[in-house]
Amino acid sequence: MKRPHRRTAIRLAAVCVLMLGFSYALVPLYDILCDLTGLSGSTSNLTQATPTPPKAETVAERQVTLQFVANVDHSMPWDIRPDQFEMKVNPGQTYQTVFHARNRTAQPMTGQAVPSVTPQMAAPHLIKQECFCFTSQPLDAGESVEMPLIFKVSERLPSNIGTLTLSYTFFDVSPTSGTQSG
Amino acid sequence: MSEIAAAHDDHHDYHPSGLWRWVTTTNHKDIGTLYLWLAMIMFFIGGAMALVIRTELFSPGLQFVDPQFFNSMTTLHALVMIFGVVMPAFTGLANWQIPLMVGATDMALPRLNNWSFWILPFAFAMLLSTMFMDGGGPAGGWTLYPPLTLQTGNALPFVIFSIHFMGMSSIMGAINIIATIVNMRAPGMHMMKMPLFVWTWLITAFLLIAVMPVLAGGVTMLLTDKFFGTSFFNAAGGGDPVMFQHIFWFFGHPEVYILILPSFGVVSSILPTFSRKPLFGYSSMVYATASIAFLSFVVWAHHMFTVGMPLAGELFFMFATMLIAVPTGVKVFNWVATMWRGSMTFETPMLFAIGFIIMFTIGGLSGLMLAIVPADFQYHDSYFVVAHFHYVLVPGSIFAIMAAVYYWLPKWTGNHYPERLGKWHFWLSTIFVNLTFFPMHFVGLAGMPRRIPDYALQFADYNMLASIGAFGFGFAQLLFLYIVVVTIRGGEKATDQVWEGAEGLEWTLPSPPPYHSFTTPPVVR
Repeated sequence: MKRPHRRTAIRLAAVCVLMLGFSYALVPLYDILCDLTGLSGSTSNLTQATPTPPKAETVAERQVTLQFVANVDHSMPWDIRPDQFEMKVNPGQTYQTVFHARNRTAQPMTGQAVPSVTPQMAAPHLIKQECFCFTSQPLDAGESVEMPLIFKVSERLPSNIGTLTLSYTFFDVSPTSGTQSG
Repeated sequence: MSEIAAAHDDHHDYHPSGLWRWVTTTNHKDIGTLYLWLAMIMFFIGGAMALVIRTELFSPGLQFVDPQFFNSMTTLHALVMIFGVVMPAFTGLANWQIPLMVGATDMALPRLNNWSFWILPFAFAMLLSTMFMDGGGPAGGWTLYPPLTLQTGNALPFVIFSIHFMGMSSIMGAINIIATIVNMRAPGMHMMKMPLFVWTWLITAFLLIAVMPVLAGGVTMLLTDKFFGTSFFNAAGGGDPVMFQHIFWFFGHPEVYILILPSFGVVSSILPTFSRKPLFGYSSMVYATASIAFLSFVVWAHHMFTVGMPLAGELFFMFATMLIAVPTGVKVFNWVATMWRGSMTFETPMLFAIGFIIMFTIGGLSGLMLAIVPADFQYHDSYFVVAHFHYVLVPGSIFAIMAAVYYWLPKWTGNHYPERLGKWHFWLSTIFVNLTFFPMHFVGLAGMPRRIPDYALQFADYNMLASIGAFGFGFAQLLFLYIVVVTIRGGEKATDQVWEGAEGLEWTLPSPPPYHSFTTPPVVR
């Protein structure tokens, strides 16, 4: 290989390696961007960031609709449903509701719920004070459980949003089932 | 070149014959030929897959193939046509033409060149073998979106490794092309004197080097998610499937320019020859190509408007996408201005080039429609999208490749192709390609989704037309194969210049050019 060709080839190969690294760097970059902006409906880190309510008297009049959806991953044989499918809530007030879960199988399993809020602009404004999604939920064969959710909708919810949907998807995180999912 | 000199050259070079010659060759002309034949073979394989799809869609209902197989046909058709036809065909043209056009003896890295070609037959053997595996071939679409694509059976790792191989091959090809253009230009061949085909390929090669590793990274994440318990795209483990779409389209959008920029170069070479005028606005063509390439890195999310993005993001990607229409428009107007008041003749390469301009513009304008966010929510994943990208790829890239083959085949073989048959091939292709893809605009706007083996009854008539067109187009390509074969075997002898208006270094060589050309560098005026 002639020297100028070798130099060009090595430099270009270095660019390739950098770009391969960049594709992996996109993963943390993407997470940072989602956390900063609340895109993709991610609500995970928002409990700490609860803003203090500005004025107590603004609480009252406004009412928004909060819809609940519960799904299971395709490999997850549990029955999941919200106790109420829809609630009318006043922004700023704290509410409580429950979700029902039942393990249909004959073995003990562990599930984990992953939440998502639509519209995504509303995701930072749904503040979960207690949520079963923070921990994994073990259930024996055939066992059912009621899982509480305590939440409030922030008064800073943009005024054009009248309906929010909080969706949970349950995934199988049983230690034995590692390879079968996906 | 005198007889004695030729004999002397032959004595110097070890010249294996038969199959072994093609396996061991490091000659740019041989490797170019290999690439072009691979593209031809894959074109018929991918075309057969398209005909399976169009047969099933000939009438509503499920009649010939089961939906799983149908979906694997759409997936493999795309992978074969993109990675197996358009990209190798352009690399083949680059191998043949770039050394001839810049006055180099060969490519800069001939052994790497051999390797980058010979990876490909194995990659495609591996990809196509997945059709016969348990669980069938990949059926989640060529975009390989998780989680659907992770449900592929045994085929998944084979598909991913074959994509790795194709990526390596294109990266090595791109490195070779850049090294040739940067280091091996004949004395006096300044950058701004290079033929536009060389320029567009230089820019394409940089795109390849920048984005093929990103695709490799993305599909590797799929592989580790499926087999090694990582959770890049698995929500249960904290990943996000939408992230794959971002990674994929960060590769995918520059990739569509990789598939089209060399065609711009081909058309810019052909039009001046048959208009007998120099190319209008040479330097603006170079800058337009460079700006298209640059913009291609900041528009990827227009493929995924419907995943749910903040308004600011949608607006940014919409306007950035529309901005690409400006340099593209510069190119189209320059081509028209090149033809304006030229002494035009309409040999087959010119017909394909003009067909390219008209039909590529149709595809470009439907792309502009898709860029409009509020409208895209209706068009997304409909047959309108299918119509759009087939207009830019079939009468776009494929027509440009055929134009290039007709244009340079007399130079490569020393024989003229049969002109009458070439014109037949052009008109049959043009009529049938429009019959195939134009109705898809209408069914798409009316709501027919892509990648579904069945459809509602109201779409029946247009689908029947599209299927008839597809079969017509497919069989017309057998004529192309026939023309290429008879031209290689013989025919009216071509002069060195071949075409009356042709200008450039390649036309100063004999037709066919000697096995080792420009052993003494040519003088560029």
